[in-house]
Amino acid sequence: MKALRLALRGTGELLITAGMLLLLFCVYQLVWTNVEAARQQDAVTDRLSDDWRRPDAGSAPVTAPEPPLKLGEGFALLRIPRLGDRYDVPIVEGVRTSDLSRGVGHYPRTPRPGEIGNVGVAGHRATNGEPFRDLDRLRKGDAVVVETETMWFTYVVDRKRIVRPSDVWVLDPVPGKPQAEPTERLLTLTTCNPRWASTERLIVFSHLEEMTPKSAGRPAALAGGR
Amino acid sequence: MYGWVWRHLPGPWPVRTGLAALLAAVVVGLLFAYVFPWAEHALPFVDVTVDQ
Repeated sequence: MKALRLALRGTGELLITAGMLLLLFCVYQLVWTNVEAARQQDAVTDRLSDDWRRPDAGSAPVTAPEPPLKLGEGFALLRIPRLGDRYDVPIVEGVRTSDLSRGVGHYPRTPRPGEIGNVGVAGHRATNGEPFRDLDRLRKGDAVVVETETMWFTYVVDRKRIVRPSDVWVLDPVPGKPQAEPTERLLTLTTCNPRWASTERLIVFSHLEEMTPKSAGRPAALAGGR
Repeated sequence: MYGWVWRHLPGPWPVRTGLAALLAAVVVGLLFAYVFPWAEHALPFVDVTVDQ
């Protein structure tokens, strides 16, 4: 009888412990990663802004080859007016778990913003700051603006698609045409779908509409905001 | 399990309560700092990239 009681109590404690662990994990995912990501993203954005404000920032000739980026390093800012006037998220190099908590991630094997080909950017839709939480609100014609040290790149949304996680063709130089040589400057955003699961991916395709040097002031697409 | 821990904590019950709370805080801290980040990485729930 005593052994049975012990076994029952042990099982009960184990189950309660498991339940507590799951609950704590939910708190971690839904609260803690957002707090941590906000802190990390602010730090990356501040560091970028400081770098760009340096007197010699942007002094290298525009045609000089850009230095290679380190994984985790922020190198641009993403602004999407449809998602808010104050919406800005740093773009960091890499799409590892640690990169995606510092901002949205640039797929390393894709070109840099503004270049010919298909620039790939991934971001979280739930947890870790949720930069792409409302990505499904984007419509054809919406502006997606990338700010770098020297340039403003204004991309315009073409279409959205739901695909499988294995559909890597969305990052091809010419999505949908496997062998084609790229001639256009494209930007492709990826996130999970539905928001609270990752069985699919939500893809937003856009093309470059305008690029202006920062000396010319903010682009027209951002005229309404800060 | 928890009873065993409680019985082996020193001091009168207010002290034991404080120590238990401290132990719990340490465990939660370790979970948040090491175990949960690993679990988040290992589980596919928040994958946002397309890859093979």
